[in-house]
Amino acid sequence: MALDTGFVGRVYPATLPYEVSRAKIAEFADAIGDENPVYRSVEAAAALGYSDVIAPPTFANIVTLEAAYAVVHDPALGLDWMRVVHGDQRFVYERPLRAGDEITVVVTVESIKTLAGNDMIVLRGDVDTVQGERVVTSYTLLVARAAEDGS
Amino acid sequence: MSAGARLADVTAGDDIAAQSYQVTRETLVRYAEASGDFNVIHWSHRHALEVGLPDVIAHGNFTMALAARYLVTWAGDPGALQEYGVRFARPVVVPDTDEGATVEIVGRVVEVLDDGLVRVDLTVTSSGQKVLTQARAKVRLR
Repeated sequence: MALDTGFVGRVYPATLPYEVSRAKIAEFADAIGDENPVYRSVEAAAALGYSDVIAPPTFANIVTLEAAYAVVHDPALGLDWMRVVHGDQRFVYERPLRAGDEITVVVTVESIKTLAGNDMIVLRGDVDTVQGERVVTSYTLLVARAAEDGS
Repeated sequence: MSAGARLADVTAGDDIAAQSYQVTRETLVRYAEASGDFNVIHWSHRHALEVGLPDVIAHGNFTMALAARYLVTWAGDPGALQEYGVRFARPVVVPDTDEGATVEIVGRVVEVLDDGLVRVDLTVTSSGQKVLTQARAKVRLR
């Protein structure tokens, strides 16, 4: 079923604020095996000009993917989420996330296309601090594969 | 801190040294906890088979994170990315062995822009197949 292109431009309510913590940054850096002290030491971060430890570049996925899935599960949109795969992911950075940031995500439906029965939806996630500063913008392509696709 | 690549020393066409990364089931468990993505296909062999996968696969975002790690290690500053994107072309299949899977990453500087930014393209493979495509970044160098 082709998605309703009338959803293009729809803006979803902001997620609840998420507080970026030093502990979560260190845990994420450990999980990707990156031993850079900038993720763990305020002094090392300061040496590069940062006011606190910063997060690895894809840390934002923690909040943006969850925000995107909230849209995927919107019954009004009618996306068959069982068939949804993450196709592309892109981030545009204003600055790195850092410990102490309190952030929300506002998701906007950027585009909807149907190609060979595959529904393709691009979601833009604006990641802002609760003070209103844009930190990073996320572009997530989700693909709901055609039902007859046996692969 | 690590020196990192210097803008003055970088030219379009430069190859960035290849790196390989070991990915085991333990890696995936740790990434699941860190990212909050507990999708069963990243830890249950049984569920992976049920959806037609050959085995448990790594989170696409984990592979994306590894490639970001490669980029910022080269740049010498984890805050150096201005733009970074990937396409998830094929999954990284992670068998339940001590060795797990290997992800190989190699980069190339494709353009030096005016404002201290360089464009880098990455080739990201596992078992000889591209797992990420269109893996591109704009990186700020000092």
